[in-house]
Amino acid sequence: MWNYTDKVKEHFFNPKNAGVLDDANAVGEVGSISCGDALKLMLKVNPDTEVIEDARFQTFGCGSAIASSSALTELIIGRTVEEALRLTNRDIADYLGGLPPEKMHCSVMGAEALHAAIAAYKGEEWADDHEEGELVCKCFGVDAAMIERAVTVNNLSTLEEVTHYTKAGGSCQTCHEKIEEVLETVLARAGKEMGASRAPAAGLVGLDAIKPLAPKAPAPATAGKMTNVQRMQAIMLAIEEIRPQIQRDGGDVELVDIDGKDIYVRLSGACSGCSQSAGTMMGVQMKLVEKLGEFVRVKPASLMPAGV
Amino acid sequence: MTGIYLDNNATTRVDPLVLAEMLPLFTEQFGNPSSMHGFGAAVGGKVEWARQQVQALLGAAHDSEIVFTSGGTESDNTAILSTLEAFPKKREIITSVVEHPAVLALCEYLEKKRGYTVHRIPVDGKGNLDTDAYDRALSENVAIVSIMWANNETGTLFPVEELARKARAAGALFHTDAVQAVGKIPMRLADSAIDLLSLSGHKLHAPKGIGALYVKRGTRFRPMMRGGHQERSRRAGTENAPGIVGLGAAAELALHHMADENTRVRALRDRLERGLLAAIPNCFVTGNPDNRLPNTCNIAFEFIEGEAILLLLNEHGIAASSGSACTSGSLEPSHVMRAMGVPYTAAHGATRFSLSRDTTDAEIDTVIKVMPGIIARLRALSPYWAGAEKAPREFAPVYS
Repeated sequence: MWNYTDKVKEHFFNPKNAGVLDDANAVGEVGSISCGDALKLMLKVNPDTEVIEDARFQTFGCGSAIASSSALTELIIGRTVEEALRLTNRDIADYLGGLPPEKMHCSVMGAEALHAAIAAYKGEEWADDHEEGELVCKCFGVDAAMIERAVTVNNLSTLEEVTHYTKAGGSCQTCHEKIEEVLETVLARAGKEMGASRAPAAGLVGLDAIKPLAPKAPAPATAGKMTNVQRMQAIMLAIEEIRPQIQRDGGDVELVDIDGKDIYVRLSGACSGCSQSAGTMMGVQMKLVEKLGEFVRVKPASLMPAGV
Repeated sequence: MTGIYLDNNATTRVDPLVLAEMLPLFTEQFGNPSSMHGFGAAVGGKVEWARQQVQALLGAAHDSEIVFTSGGTESDNTAILSTLEAFPKKREIITSVVEHPAVLALCEYLEKKRGYTVHRIPVDGKGNLDTDAYDRALSENVAIVSIMWANNETGTLFPVEELARKARAAGALFHTDAVQAVGKIPMRLADSAIDLLSLSGHKLHAPKGIGALYVKRGTRFRPMMRGGHQERSRRAGTENAPGIVGLGAAAELALHHMADENTRVRALRDRLERGLLAAIPNCFVTGNPDNRLPNTCNIAFEFIEGEAILLLLNEHGIAASSGSACTSGSLEPSHVMRAMGVPYTAAHGATRFSLSRDTTDAEIDTVIKVMPGIIARLRALSPYWAGAEKAPREFAPVYS
């Protein structure tokens, strides 16, 4: 049984703006019946103000696909086309109080339908940028082709490196064996062997040499020059900044310890035992990487080595 | 939990009589059957009695042919790995495209990592095995055939006794995953050529975590678990005595209820099926309606998705199951539906109702009453539905 939030259930059982919009002037259709989910988004855009005055949807798909479609219409009605274009799948998922990692693609479908509809409104061609390869990491929507590219271009040799470069395998971890298979295939082609995946003992795997996922915001000027105390304060500050967002969902996060690049936190409230706690950890990690300008890993306190 | 539980192919409720048999094993009868004292002997006797109860359900010739395991998956893995180890020169395996993952995933691993050749026998639109393809695949190079007795999604039965005779003639061992069939249809393994058979306790009103592997006397066997001498050294590890006693009691009860399962439960299933087909347009039964388990009904509803159906059924307290991709977290609909060629328009909406001896008339009435509304509600949301509707009698699925 999926652990859907109340918000997802609300939008599934009583979807908003479902049905056909007769005077729509922008329609976006994505997905297909063979994929198991499809969304037809119909918009009525005021040509003078470019405001989306009404939106309706028809969806073939699971509970979270229907809820994501409903949430999408609520998010865009009343916004201008340009404002709507800034929405990402994250916004849809956040609006619903989060989605299970396996269901994040439902929010992606919503965002794609929106872009397709707006492209239609502007008379542009919308190109589906989905790769045709087998989806390996369902949490982050990473396919085999993308992993192969990352491995080849960056000379990657371990599972961890693949995760750092592509995010694949960074959340629920069920695809680790598949990632290793892709890795093995690519390396075998180049006549190389897969490196041992191990905990990131700095220096050993050369973690410092690996560029982290490019942080969006420029790294603070102090990055790299921070004293241990400054670094600790920066981490504490970053956690404090994230807390309100998590508290809104009925959960909480608490910093437990810092051990080099491993940062141990404890999730509580609605987060503890939640199927998305891995996703929440990942979110905290991304925030910290961004704030610190260095690569760190956020782990649950339960994984702390004895004696730390 | 109360409600209408029609997901008995997933798991069943432990029968209160089974539980009553088990409880003393947690309290006063806690001994280790291997121990040389009265505490152990009391439990050892119960374990051997349970073995005879399972023997009776399977119609096996000897009680020593029953090896207790942790469940269906362990039994399947043991049967296949044991045989491959016992016949190292034979490098081929035969199985079917619609097996349970406990067999399919193992075969895929053996193919990829150990270099075995795996023949996956296809099925037709009704889920019947392509026996010509089976005959062609058999040869002296085949170590083991592993083909299920009854399919978990559609209930469709395979002619395992005939398949086993052919395997024996070709010099291959025959294993059947009978997890869904045991307790629902009569069996006489003593008269069959079946060498190995897997069963699982929690599918027949015993608890989870207990199962058995039938190993016909004289079958070459290599244990997967090594350690103590338990189960005649075929499965090391201190016996799960409460589970074993529970499985024995459940086996005895299954024999007792077998007639009921094949008459009353079958009639309920048929009534449910007729009721839904008559009331809901654009749906059809998957699998072979004339040759299947008495408790299973799988109906594919066009243009809607199974998880959404299950969520709405759950609002009415009704528990069923779906082969839809979204319920499993994968992106492909059930491999069984795909193997039968069920079109994507309906495969995602395949819904399984699996009954048990606990199912009542009133429960079936409720499902027949609420299901049409659920389907109509989801179809109203679906972009594919408008204009596709056909009257029940006009509707013929696009595959045969």
